[in-house]
Amino acid sequence: MDNKVNYLLRLGDNAMVLSQRLAELCGKGPALEEDMALSNVSLDLLGQTRMWYSYAAELEGKDRDEDKIAFLRDAHDYKNVILVEQPNGNYGMTLMRQFFFDTWHYFLIGALTKASDTRIAEIAEKSLKEVTYHLRRSGDLVVRLGDGTDLSRQLMQSAADELWMYSGEVFIYDEVDEAMAAAGIAPPAATLREQWLAHVSDIFGEATLTMPPADAWMQRGGKQGRHSEHLGYLLAEMQFLQRAYPGSEW
Amino acid sequence: MSKEWPLWEVFIRSQHGLAHKHVGSLHAPDAAMAINNARDVYTRRNEGVSIWVVRAADIVSSAPSDKGPLFEPSNSKVYRHPTFFPMPEEVKNL
Repeated sequence: MDNKVNYLLRLGDNAMVLSQRLAELCGKGPALEEDMALSNVSLDLLGQTRMWYSYAAELEGKDRDEDKIAFLRDAHDYKNVILVEQPNGNYGMTLMRQFFFDTWHYFLIGALTKASDTRIAEIAEKSLKEVTYHLRRSGDLVVRLGDGTDLSRQLMQSAADELWMYSGEVFIYDEVDEAMAAAGIAPPAATLREQWLAHVSDIFGEATLTMPPADAWMQRGGKQGRHSEHLGYLLAEMQFLQRAYPGSEW
Repeated sequence: MSKEWPLWEVFIRSQHGLAHKHVGSLHAPDAAMAINNARDVYTRRNEGVSIWVVRAADIVSSAPSDKGPLFEPSNSKVYRHPTFFPMPEEVKNL
């Protein structure tokens, strides 16, 4: 597969899978206001997914459109990082997963606005305002709940400890990522990681949370299609209709 | 402290409107989150360019039972409307 198509699918799959996870909470949020905020983020990510998939489909030039890419691929063809497929868990887990993702996403999308590929730069430009708000929101909530009650701090700390090993995969570049970096599209992994660590450290400081060690062992494999057991269930639910009634339309 | 978040009234200034208009209410623990929540709940369809939030408890209102003494006296005072002045033809858009 062409490196750029592969990279676009990775971008799309990260947004797609996290969007689906957040959509699971629609109507079940802890408060009406939170429920709507999460659904808004989910929809923002879905919109971004469509742009990445559409561009990938165009470049690929095969008989695949955004819908086929989303609904007719199995888990081993999905290229999202393992972080985003992790279950919602308690609300602390949901928020911490979001905060780790948003921080990376914000710096990545910011860098992609300067990509040598104008179409990618345009999609990034369009997404940046959404992503900026996502990060502001999830950072704010991590601070409030981290520096909140004893119980909320404890839940946020254990969410951070539990999810930490999934946070580094985005910075482990393989030949696809390196090719994109060399082509002036993806930012260098080291820069991205430095920005991520600095921001997470700031927010954790404010939230009075302990940041796990930066050099901890990190899970990997999602980008290459090796996922945790959770992704299969997520896709089974998401793809059910198209699998059971192929080609059915809204 | 009460476990229930306090109620806030939300006012939005629309794209073309000049004044903020009351659009509804929401719950939030403090002002900053009330603004965030208002953005998420009340501006999803591109409704606004500016948000005000006010604690519902801080709004002082007239009592419904005062309706008679407060508002009815002005019913019969049509001379307070500026409709009795002849306007010159040349004045437009008044």
